[in-house]
Amino acid sequence: MTHRQQVLILYLANSALDSRVVSWARYDGTGQHEHLPGDSAEPPYASGLAALRDGWRLLQMSQLNPPAPGGEFTVSYQRYEFLFEKWAPVPDGDPAPATGRG
Amino acid sequence: MQNTPELLSTREVAQFAARGFLRFDGLVGAEQNERFLHEFAAGLAGPKPAGTPLGECYAPGSSIARLLALPRVQGALHSLLGPGPIFDHHFFHVLDGRPSRPQALHQDSTIDTRTAFDVQLFYYPQEVTQDMGGTRFVPGSHLRLVNEASIARYQNVLGQQHLVCPAGTVLLFHHGLWHGGGHNRSGKRRVLFKLRVQPSVPQHRHWDTSDLGPATLDPQPIFVPGVWDENDVQSILCSSEPWYEDDTKRLEYINRIQLWRYLLGDARADAHYWSTRVENEPRRAGG
Repeated sequence: MTHRQQVLILYLANSALDSRVVSWARYDGTGQHEHLPGDSAEPPYASGLAALRDGWRLLQMSQLNPPAPGGEFTVSYQRYEFLFEKWAPVPDGDPAPATGRG
Repeated sequence: MQNTPELLSTREVAQFAARGFLRFDGLVGAEQNERFLHEFAAGLAGPKPAGTPLGECYAPGSSIARLLALPRVQGALHSLLGPGPIFDHHFFHVLDGRPSRPQALHQDSTIDTRTAFDVQLFYYPQEVTQDMGGTRFVPGSHLRLVNEASIARYQNVLGQQHLVCPAGTVLLFHHGLWHGGGHNRSGKRRVLFKLRVQPSVPQHRHWDTSDLGPATLDPQPIFVPGVWDENDVQSILCSSEPWYEDDTKRLEYINRIQLWRYLLGDARADAHYWSTRVENEPRRAGG
């Protein structure tokens, strides 16, 4: 059976994997679900740890780097990004190629 | 017709500094909304060049000139920008109701390191229902230094708002506020008029400052359990958003205080001591 990658990106409240989710994004390589900007008001998991317990594999987490000199108070991108994946079966062969952006 | 501008209060300006937007539901009357839509359908005059004084951009009596002359609109723009604002551009965002994808989250223009700020006016001449794809925006995102669509990966942010509003609603955004067009599934056309305006003078104390005083400006006891007045200006400036990281929210307060200092024209102003604390560098006498 063919498998495709599903990606989950969680942004957490601090560097701990069990801290609360503040932002999220999902991409589904199987083509079974389309996740769009602004499509949900509640996060899929309460924390990164809850995603692990549901079978998501952690691929990467943000490093803790000291602030750049002069930029100590700058606010910018969300700091605590955690990238997860699952491999999921594709029921009827290859998914249709995605169209459009995102 | 000469209208007396309705200036913003200190509390409203503090809310703008803290959250990056102000919202006025149903501000424009039904007749004026209809007239705007009629003029839009008939074809409005092309825009003036960027940099033109705003007061020279729209023919007297036109629906856009009438919008800008409304006491609340005139007063809010004056409060935030001061006299003599400059036209940047306007644009009509039209979602025709055919199947579409929502726009990814973005910050308009490009990296902008100013403390001075532009105001983006959003005017919705029609009622916007949930299925019409009202603007999605993230309160409190305006001071984050990012570059336009680089934030498209943030599909959903805790506390994001989808605009649902009565006809005639006006939003005022700080230029940095993260936003994106929604997903119009209604089959109805949705029209949004957006206008970006710049200041021509320092944006110091152009609002109704009659309520500014020691209670607003002086240091207060902090970290006192059970004491939190949501109407207090310093508390407004130090209120978090649900999506802020535990640590970064304190940096947000410091950045808001920087903006507040600019608005007050007072380099020592503070809120709940967040900036004064980290600026305290005692010097040795005679050293």
